[in-house]
Amino acid sequence: MTTAVQGSRSRLPVLDRRWLTPIGVVLALVGAFLLMYLGSCSTVGAGTCDRFSQGEDQFINALTVGGMYALIALGYTMVYGIIELINFAHGEVFMCGSFVSWGLLTNLGFTGPISDPLLLAGVLVLAFLVSMVVMGVVGVVIERLAYRPLRNAPRLTPLITAIGVSFILQNIIFVGISNSFVNSPQIIPNPLLELGAIHIRLINLFVIVLTLGLMTALHLFINRTSLGRAMRSTAIDRDAAQIMGVNINSTIALTFFIGSALAGAAGVVQGLYFGVTQFQIGFQGGLKAFTAAVLGGIGNTTGAAVGGFIIGFIEVLASTYGYGRWSEAAVFTTLVLVLVFRPTGILGQQLADRA
Amino acid sequence: MTTDTVPTRQRPSTDGQPLLRLTDIHSYYGNIHALQGISIDVFRGEIVTLLGANGAGKTTTLRTIHGLIHPKKGKIELDGRDITTMPAHEHVRVGIGQSPEGRRIFSRMTVMENLQMGGYSRKDKAGLHEDYERVFDLFPRLRERRSQAGGTLSGGEQQMLAMGRALMTRPTLLLLDEPSMGLAPILVEEIFAIMKDINRQGTTVLVVEQNALMALGAADRGYVLQTGTIVRSGDAKDLLEDPEVQKAYLGG
Repeated sequence: MTTAVQGSRSRLPVLDRRWLTPIGVVLALVGAFLLMYLGSCSTVGAGTCDRFSQGEDQFINALTVGGMYALIALGYTMVYGIIELINFAHGEVFMCGSFVSWGLLTNLGFTGPISDPLLLAGVLVLAFLVSMVVMGVVGVVIERLAYRPLRNAPRLTPLITAIGVSFILQNIIFVGISNSFVNSPQIIPNPLLELGAIHIRLINLFVIVLTLGLMTALHLFINRTSLGRAMRSTAIDRDAAQIMGVNINSTIALTFFIGSALAGAAGVVQGLYFGVTQFQIGFQGGLKAFTAAVLGGIGNTTGAAVGGFIIGFIEVLASTYGYGRWSEAAVFTTLVLVLVFRPTGILGQQLADRA
Repeated sequence: MTTDTVPTRQRPSTDGQPLLRLTDIHSYYGNIHALQGISIDVFRGEIVTLLGANGAGKTTTLRTIHGLIHPKKGKIELDGRDITTMPAHEHVRVGIGQSPEGRRIFSRMTVMENLQMGGYSRKDKAGLHEDYERVFDLFPRLRERRSQAGGTLSGGEQQMLAMGRALMTRPTLLLLDEPSMGLAPILVEEIFAIMKDINRQGTTVLVVEQNALMALGAADRGYVLQTGTIVRSGDAKDLLEDPEVQKAYLGG
């Protein structure tokens, strides 16, 4: 019974560290789904309600909302990473993005679903492109006018300026466009798609694919390109980056452009998914996305994405269990708990900067 | 490590136009008048050392040369060109590379990414690959650790990375700020030997040091800074024998 096996083959397959993250993600998703499943139908009488499909709906809803928060959270975390400023105007950039898309779509004469797939694709590309570029430029202008002159000021000064900028943006929309809710055209038709066992609406599928796509693109940009390395090096040590030839001002401007463009994309999603926007949505959306960024570990882009989805799940879970009115409390309680027990966030810096 | 086979090194000429010329530089560090009118010449091919105690203004001098601090008064010329007001990030393009005080490597980036940052402003792909190889030949340990995060390296390896990163800018003038700081004596010798190699391969070196004995042993000429002014300058050999210098910096 003795089988002579070579040393390298006789080893038991030890769990490779590379597999820990994917396994963790799958476990978390399965756990989240179970929670959704168990909580479903808790608000209506049992018997009339299909728990599985309810749970599935909520799960997809959480991914969609979480993706939107993640897009906003990325901007918070990128800006904090590079100039250590909590850009409180960032939520307002998201809100303005939703108005840019609203303005564009209504001016083009769209009010409801577009059934021609080619036209729909074209309009979507246009809406995202315009909103992202416009908000990206707005972000750069904000940095240039409001933050750059204060770059060497005490930390509190730009923070207060950021709150000021946030009021200015809110008031521009309030006075210039509407003091109330406006209906944003939901141009994506709403059939229920069946992908194997998964039932998903087109809008959800679209938003999930879009957010994952933008996150992947950002990840590749930051880690694989020269400009991405310049951004990371500036975040780590500004002087050292400069003596390598990195132009700090344009690198910081680029960071604001990308972060704000992602918030602009989230603004378009807001309109498409919820069909409504208002001058105040930036405050709550921004605060939740900020929570997501802190939860994931501020300054860490992967953390912001993870945090966004977690916030989405917490919020949806709360309403699944019939505590919809407590969803905000649940989100911010999570924030407090994280700050108490793990102040660096889930993926916060573990590697100390050595002198 | 010393792959070079050049038997003797010609003493670089100190006639004509210097590669780097500082004329009457006054720099402030906050409100402190850190450099009070210093003048320094570095000629092509030389190793020049700048000595002085803590707080004498050595690092401020290098930061001023590199444009991280702009002097209130005075003139900095590189090869006759006025670079006094040039922004810091443009200095690599005119040929100034620096391994800064405290190494300042990018801790959360890999060794390779740190070196890539050194080549950030360069477009010549072929030359870049040549230089990665050159750096890895000078510092074989960096090749072994190329995909490791910079922050996980030992002090000596971080110093090597900082020098390698500076070399990746392909400098004509290399500024080294206290390369021996915090290193074991054997590593200090290794770092200085590599510095001499780099110089022999054609790079002019301005090295700031507290370890005066090592620095003067390697350099052609030296300057001694004291509270923001140059108090001694001359051939490294003469400075080594200068009783004042011996008393202050060599424990003589």
